[in-house]
Amino acid sequence: MSAPIETSKLHDCRDAFVSTLEALGEADNNIVAVCNDSVGSSKLGNFRDKFPDRLINVGIAEQNMVGVGAGLANGGKTPFVCGASPFLTGRALEQIKADVAYSEANVKLVGISAGMAYGELGATHHSIEDFAWIRALPNVPVIAPADRIETAAAVKWAAENEGPCFLRLSRVGVPDLLPAGHVFEPGKANRLREGGDVTLIANGVLAHRALNAAQLLADHGISCRVINMACVRPIDTDEIIAAASETGAILTCEEHTIFGGLGSAVAEVVVDHHPVPMKRLGVPGVFAPTGSANFLLDEFGMAAESIADSARELLRRKG
Amino acid sequence: MSPEELRKIANWIRKRDLQAVYEAGAGHIGGEMSVTDLLTALYFHTMSVNPDAPLDPQRDRLVLSKGHTALALYVTLAKKGFIPESEIATFLKPHSRLNGHPNRTKVPGVETNTGPLGHGLPVAVGMAKAAQLNGDSWRVFVITGDGEMQEGSNWEAIMAAAQFKLDNLTLIIDHNRLQQGARVADTNNLAPIAPKVEAFGWMVEEIDGHDMKQICKALAPETTETGKPKCVVAHTNKGQGISFMTDNVAWHHKVPNEEQFRQGMSELEKALS
Ligand SMILES: Cc1ncc(C[n+]2csc(CCOP(=O)(O)OP(=O)(O)O)c2C)c(N)n1
Ligand SMILES: [Mg+2]
Repeated sequence: MSAPIETSKLHDCRDAFVSTLEALGEADNNIVAVCNDSVGSSKLGNFRDKFPDRLINVGIAEQNMVGVGAGLANGGKTPFVCGASPFLTGRALEQIKADVAYSEANVKLVGISAGMAYGELGATHHSIEDFAWIRALPNVPVIAPADRIETAAAVKWAAENEGPCFLRLSRVGVPDLLPAGHVFEPGKANRLREGGDVTLIANGVLAHRALNAAQLLADHGISCRVINMACVRPIDTDEIIAAASETGAILTCEEHTIFGGLGSAVAEVVVDHHPVPMKRLGVPGVFAPTGSANFLLDEFGMAAESIADSARELLRRKG
Repeated sequence: MSPEELRKIANWIRKRDLQAVYEAGAGHIGGEMSVTDLLTALYFHTMSVNPDAPLDPQRDRLVLSKGHTALALYVTLAKKGFIPESEIATFLKPHSRLNGHPNRTKVPGVETNTGPLGHGLPVAVGMAKAAQLNGDSWRVFVITGDGEMQEGSNWEAIMAAAQFKLDNLTLIIDHNRLQQGARVADTNNLAPIAPKVEAFGWMVEEIDGHDMKQICKALAPETTETGKPKCVVAHTNKGQGISFMTDNVAWHHKVPNEEQFRQGMSELEKALS
């Protein structure tokens, strides 16, 4: 029996994002940050103090922010465009489409406090449509790291590789899941746990909840594979086909509406290549009620116990 | 209602707001204190609204575009009788109607859901246009933050309102000189706001946004100009009424500790005597 996840050591992935960005900025003058009055919420205070000229705060103006990011990229800079994810992706979606994705501009979009991290601030501040919106666009890898290690690795990858991407970060604490020194590769999932009866696929803050659920299932003799699918696009087709053929059932968990996100992306692969019973956990197509981020995840059936229950239900359909 | 009575109501709203922020452990206290006098004047002096018929088609409309200060609106609506005063204690609790940003489908008196900045004014333009098309006499008020005026959508709406000659529309800018992370002047300066809005064909008036007499006068129908929308630049202080919060950017959404809560309450108590 593997040890349960240590929930006492939780980390805010924003810290890994900014410390990596600062280190990269030290080595490369072209790295700049662009934000929308979000120095505090993006934790860019230190970056600003170190590189005052390279923190470009356009004010509360997200469309302008993304456009400015595209222009900076054209001028040879590597802009990390940071803002609360609902406003970055929702408000500036057309800028993201035309100026970044279509133009293939070297803009790194960083959605801060994505998912339901803003909790009680409500549905306007929840970013649970961003996988669907950005994944619909060509050229923009959509990445939701599971922990601070993967966050740092993804930021490093983004800085070193020309082209757009969307990093989707939470502010809700998560434990370390990936091995130190992990190297990020787009479109490459990581198997967090081996298992043969059913596969749980998750990312972001759901990865550790899925692992906890797998442990609960293991305690009842169910062997559960857990895959961290940080990249919603490009998605790791091989790993999904392997899960379908080797375990015969797939349960997805995401901090996103079930319309068009991780579960949908996995289902597309399953339907095309190897149909097996599936269930998609997420926000069931509603605006969330008032409540904290963790409360809402529990409310929508994504407490470890509920994920385990859904997996059991799915197993019954496996036949 | 006299300015003195309005001041008393505003003082009650500030205290109830402070207590709710303290108890909920969240809120946007700075912007709530700056907008309280404006909300009080609107609901207890200027606007014709009826808590017993919150959707009366002939009602005046208020759009709180700076939706992060929802709590100030909830407390005002409770004081006016739209929701029970006892409900304020549920602010931000699981499944409460009183979310961090106002929701018209849940809270009577709320006209449109706000939270993302730069949405209220375009919606208000649509409302005012509807009244104009109907030949109705109800008025539309919208309150934005000054930082919020950095959103381009506001300026698109400002042009439209002038073009449509919406003299039934009043934009009140809560000009507290601070936004979330810094002073407006140090971020993306808009000052002077008045000539900018005026240049777009609006009638503009600048007032002390904490002086009840000036607020009421600026919102009175006699002080509008036929064929022009009106903008009231209300000079306010973020954290107004609580000394250590006043004009201090740290208090955008900071939560007072027990000592700060007590001091704030006692300052507000004394302000009345
Ligand atoms: C589109 C959008 N971008 C960013 C935010 C985050 N945000 C909430 S309040 C705020 C500052 C608002 O400043 P201001 O308009 O001056 O309001 P006030 O000073 O009255 O609080 C920001 C940036 C938001 N709510 N919506
Ligand atoms: Mg302000």
